[in-house]
Amino acid sequence: MSKVRVLVGTRKGAFILTSDGKREKWDVTGPHFAGWEMYHLKGSPADPNRIYASQTSGWFGQVIQRSNDGGKTWESPGGGMPDPAAGGWPPKPSNKFVYDTSAETGKPLTTHQWYDGTQHPWEFKRVWHLEPSLTDPDTVYAGVEDAAIFRSTDGGSSWHELPGLRGHGTGPKWQPGAGGMCLHTIILDPSNPKRMFIAISAAGAFRTDDGGKTWKPINQGLHSQYIPDPKAEIGHCVHHMAMNGKRPNVLFMQKHWDIMRSDDAGDSWKEVSGNVPTDFGFVIDVHAHEPDTIYVVPIKSDSEHFVPEGKLRVYRSRTGGNEWEPLTNGLPQKDCYVNVLRDAMAVDSLDKCGIYFGTTGGQVYASADAGDSWAPIVRDLPAVYSVEVQTIS
Amino acid sequence: MTVRVELPQHLRTLAQVGREVQLDIPAPVTLRSVLDALEAAYPVLRGTIRDHVTQQRRAFLRFFACQEDLSHESPETPLPDAVVSGKEPLLIIGAIAGG
Repeated sequence: MSKVRVLVGTRKGAFILTSDGKREKWDVTGPHFAGWEMYHLKGSPADPNRIYASQTSGWFGQVIQRSNDGGKTWESPGGGMPDPAAGGWPPKPSNKFVYDTSAETGKPLTTHQWYDGTQHPWEFKRVWHLEPSLTDPDTVYAGVEDAAIFRSTDGGSSWHELPGLRGHGTGPKWQPGAGGMCLHTIILDPSNPKRMFIAISAAGAFRTDDGGKTWKPINQGLHSQYIPDPKAEIGHCVHHMAMNGKRPNVLFMQKHWDIMRSDDAGDSWKEVSGNVPTDFGFVIDVHAHEPDTIYVVPIKSDSEHFVPEGKLRVYRSRTGGNEWEPLTNGLPQKDCYVNVLRDAMAVDSLDKCGIYFGTTGGQVYASADAGDSWAPIVRDLPAVYSVEVQTIS
Repeated sequence: MTVRVELPQHLRTLAQVGREVQLDIPAPVTLRSVLDALEAAYPVLRGTIRDHVTQQRRAFLRFFACQEDLSHESPETPLPDAVVSGKEPLLIIGAIAGG
């Protein structure tokens, strides 16, 4: 029988929630890495026992963790016993993220736009998102703050920037959002191994069609009234993007304002916000089997950043956008003031698609019937940063 | 010389060690030589105390020994005799606000 494993990153550690295919009874393990900020955990589609985790701290910096047994045990790859042949140093510094400025492969570091409009140097802060390869358990991409994309081909033991993105030439116009200048979304195209999509707050979305050597901004159709040119090529605060792998040319986006859809792999976008009750949110995801069924959680902004009217509502569109229905069965409908952050929603791939999301109030909710009804798996975790799901047969 | 180094809680967990580690370090014993030896013995600590590239102390960590704040000393400054002899530990402390 199939099993579901939910990987939860929180402000104070990671938790792993497991259930059988019924998704009624759950086992909870954790906290793993107690006390550390766990921005993201994600399993390899090629080997479900291989899980990568981003462990970070304002005091101690960035640590990459890896599990080879489904999250029971963890190691910092490349950080094993010292190698005498290397003078006592580990051969591969697994936690080292250094922007590539080499003459051979890199790009100059340049500067980006700071909050006050001045230019500011690029500074590595943390890994926001880890995206394992669809085919190779040892290959994984990392989206980092300040925005750049790195790749490891040795299981996280060493990391190398794909500098074509940061060196695209528009970098001086990129600017941090309220959460920092983060590359938070990485989507791999299952039909084209050379194609990837990424998104940066606040620069916008980019696509590569050559495996990460060169990148193209894909922001035509986005409208952001808070930047001098609302239709600029660069500067949009994209919060998250999602794709159903069965239809890889169709992308959905939750922007700082507006829900957007592209039917041409990001070359152009149109707004599909329709009747959602606010124009702001972070998460967006797509049903595993119905490519036109999408989910968002509207949030009140600009300053509140919690759900409107004290009601936690997931909105579902079965028409690829524009027409939305609130899903409330099992969710609190009064006195609720939580947020749902950008990487904190995921779907499983069981026949009856399961939807999962975590809140800043520490609840992780699950629906085993595509959103018709919900129940909390856990209620009292630290603030949830990220939720990912593995469907294990 | 066997030098004692006391680590903050999170780094003990990360390195899978207790409150204090002991390191054999040839003279002269300096902040740099102690941290080099610490990172060589526990590679997972690379980047957690000093920046990977600049080797600068991370901003929220401090170094103390013998009731002295060594955080702003040159990495090449010899450590106090009591640390070199193992009588006193070098303390690596995470800065914590009160309140």
